[in-house]
Amino acid sequence: MTVQNQEEINRLKNLVQDLLDESKKQGSTSAEAGLSVDNGLSVTARLGEVETIEHHCDQGLSITVYIGKKKGSASTNDFSSNSIKETVKAACSIASFSSEDEFAGLPDQERLATEFPDLDRNHPWNLDVDTAIDLTVECEDAARSYHADINNSEGASIDSHQGIRVLGNTLGFLQGYQATRHSMGCSVLGERDGNMQRDYWYSISRKAEKLESAKDIGMMAAERTIKRLGARSLTTRQSPVLYSAEVASGLIGSLIGAISGGSLYRKSSFLLDALDTQILPGFIRIHEQPHLKMALGSSVYDSEGVSTIARDIVSEGVLQGYVLASYSARKLGMQSTGNAGGVHNLTVDSGDNDFAAMLKQLDTGLLVTELMGQGVNRVTGDYSRGASGFWVENGQIQYPVEEITIAGNLKDMYKNIVSVGNDVDYRGNIRTGSILIEQMAIAGE
Amino acid sequence: MDTLNQVKQSILTPYGMQEKDIDKIMDSMLSVPVDNADIYFQSSHFESWSLEGGIVKEGSHSIEQGAGVRVVSGDKTGFAYSDRIELSVLLEAANNVKAIARQGQNTQNKLETIPKWNRYYESVNPLKSLADQEKIDLLRKIDIETRKLDSRIEEVMVSLVGVHEKILVANQDGSLVADIRPLTRMSVSVILEENGKREQGSMGGGARTEYSYFLDQDKALEYGKEAVRQAIVNLDAVDAPAGNMTVVLGPGWPGILLHEAIGHGLEGDFNRKGTSAFSNKVGERVASDLCTVVDDGTLEGRRGSLNIDDEGTPTEKTVLIEKGILKGYMQDKLNARLMGVKSTGNGRRESYAHLPMPRMTNTYMLPGSHNPVEIIKSVKKGLYAKNFGGGQVDITSGKFVFSASEAYLIEDGKITCPVKGATLIGNGPEVLTKVSMVGDDLELDAGVGTCGKEGQSVPVGVGQPTIKIDGLTVGGTNV
Ligand SMILES: [Zn+2]
Repeated sequence: MTVQNQEEINRLKNLVQDLLDESKKQGSTSAEAGLSVDNGLSVTARLGEVETIEHHCDQGLSITVYIGKKKGSASTNDFSSNSIKETVKAACSIASFSSEDEFAGLPDQERLATEFPDLDRNHPWNLDVDTAIDLTVECEDAARSYHADINNSEGASIDSHQGIRVLGNTLGFLQGYQATRHSMGCSVLGERDGNMQRDYWYSISRKAEKLESAKDIGMMAAERTIKRLGARSLTTRQSPVLYSAEVASGLIGSLIGAISGGSLYRKSSFLLDALDTQILPGFIRIHEQPHLKMALGSSVYDSEGVSTIARDIVSEGVLQGYVLASYSARKLGMQSTGNAGGVHNLTVDSGDNDFAAMLKQLDTGLLVTELMGQGVNRVTGDYSRGASGFWVENGQIQYPVEEITIAGNLKDMYKNIVSVGNDVDYRGNIRTGSILIEQMAIAGE
Repeated sequence: MDTLNQVKQSILTPYGMQEKDIDKIMDSMLSVPVDNADIYFQSSHFESWSLEGGIVKEGSHSIEQGAGVRVVSGDKTGFAYSDRIELSVLLEAANNVKAIARQGQNTQNKLETIPKWNRYYESVNPLKSLADQEKIDLLRKIDIETRKLDSRIEEVMVSLVGVHEKILVANQDGSLVADIRPLTRMSVSVILEENGKREQGSMGGGARTEYSYFLDQDKALEYGKEAVRQAIVNLDAVDAPAGNMTVVLGPGWPGILLHEAIGHGLEGDFNRKGTSAFSNKVGERVASDLCTVVDDGTLEGRRGSLNIDDEGTPTEKTVLIEKGILKGYMQDKLNARLMGVKSTGNGRRESYAHLPMPRMTNTYMLPGSHNPVEIIKSVKKGLYAKNFGGGQVDITSGKFVFSASEAYLIEDGKITCPVKGATLIGNGPEVLTKVSMVGDDLELDAGVGTCGKEGQSVPVGVGQPTIKIDGLTVGGTNV
């Protein structure tokens, strides 16, 4: 169990209730209000000395009002009672001008969360500036002393944030919680024979003690930079492609985008009408785990207050459900899946292969460790992105590569996944190991 | 009333702050030896309206204000901010940031007087420039007229965004400068369907002015027409080629090439630190002698233009590359001082809650002498790319990408069939050396660009004439 600053949460809950009351007073038929406050410290050290110290202090509140089936929203960072009145007024004015939309409105009452288990998200770090400086200097030192070819640095940094979020609506939902987020990262440059490269590493957690050590982060950043030195292009070819875990999450992210309510009802998805069909190979299961303790994507309810649910989205390669909020669900004649604001700890079940086994399975082909640009057409699934990584032969890394693109169509790429590794990257909201794709087009020199 | 008094009245007066309070905060920061100290006040009103499915579904409005205090000592920066514009709060913030000075090795405190500056946009409030009903009527009209253009249209989405921003910068030399910055943007996206095949197209524009900009010559309706045209072209697109080939880039928005390939690499911070592929290259050849590239914050009404930057320095037209030779970098105060040059008026920040750093304004290439038709004619086999999505760059390796959203094959000097979108990848310090023809048709983009750097977004512009590059990697699927 973690300690919550219940007094402060209650004060902010009262503010949200004031917003909701004010909106009724001003003529709205229903409303939803949210509020957040966040305090933090960021420290960066470069070349052995502190470079920046930033004290963060953010707050904001927002309200969405409905006048019948007409909707308006407004937000501000001024919490004064006068500002609350003005903000509600702005939202009501917008609602009076917008059109009737039969699908608009608050979530269905029976879908709102009613139980609120502690998800262990609040672990304040009593970090003073001097300690933060010491840690970042130690982190960067570890990177700079790792190898003689490391000759410059973008620095090491620490961020520590603590915030409170409150959500309420006129159906009687009013909840708040406190959560923390801490991270440490480092980025260094190396040079060999005139070739300059840069890479980075970071660690993130809700609890400071769970962060990788400053030294490990620095060494990892340096090791990644050193491995890239001497990168060259490839000739244009077809080849199997292994997405390392940190870029594989983007592949799964595109899939989630395509089965999200907004893309579906706008028909701007390459996976329309895919429910109950085979979109991935039979060995793949993708599921949501919203209630994992201390995890970064954990939440009892979504950004509308609807209960989140542990569920399979893809099972044996077959699409089991969409990713819906109340509005998109109504547009599609379905039920919200508790995904207003996105998915929660989306997990791709991994196989038995560690990274080395994945490389062996790749045999000869491209290992991608970084992607550039946004070249994904969400309507057609056409995919073309800049890439860098390593050329692999017989399961062994041969040399670093850069200035190439990889291209295909996501629908085919998903079907042609050969295996998923157990080298899971837990730093984001999408948890997957490396992913091997049978074949893609590589363009280069 | 002049801009300064207008801004003081709307940012300071409502919170009971006076000019002498600013002096108190500044005095507190200057009680330790520093090279630079500033206080940045900002108030921003934002609105957006959006239409889809034939109805104006929602709108939103936001008001944000706050102040950031910064102390710079040597190359070290202390920073704090608050959304409460109150003397006690800002004094505490000032006290917090001073701690950096004991870390820094203060050089010398050279006071500069700020020259007078010109205005490149009016102090207007776009949000009030049309009645709300008129904004809605405009969105509806675009929807109705756009849907008439083609029976294959499935969905039309239109959005209208306006920002009215006021800033006030107090510097350690006692100067107090203000700016009022209007910004508007409109965009239209369509989805077309034919025999089960879907494609999208989108077009938009904007400027630092009032909403009437979109009514002028039916500009807004033109966005709809252009979006539909792009979607139709893409319905017929075949697989894009893969490999290194001659690429002709159209005028205007394809200038995103300059933003990614050289722009970021020429920002002062990366070069001061020696982390850019362009570090220590001033005076060297980085482009063919056909190429002259500038960053210009002084263009009338452009999205990337500013009267003064966020450190109170007037913006300039800065020559980055002249006839192929690298002339200089884009600077803010901190990096200019450490590199022994003057700020070029490129110190920008997303808001009071972010630190300023060197950022682009409007980056473009000056026109050459070739007729664009001539340029296409000179290509035996290659790619003609007319429209782009976003881009990205690794400033250290110099590798950059930008993604074509409308492109065609060039065969025997003629533009032939459309190809699917593809990412183009190249090496920044090298790509402009391969520019062999530059058109006489300089165009600036329509005004929708946003640049992201270290988590901060700012509005920017790009532009270029038609150019021919003798070799760039095209990331299609057709190997
Ligand atoms: Zn940019």
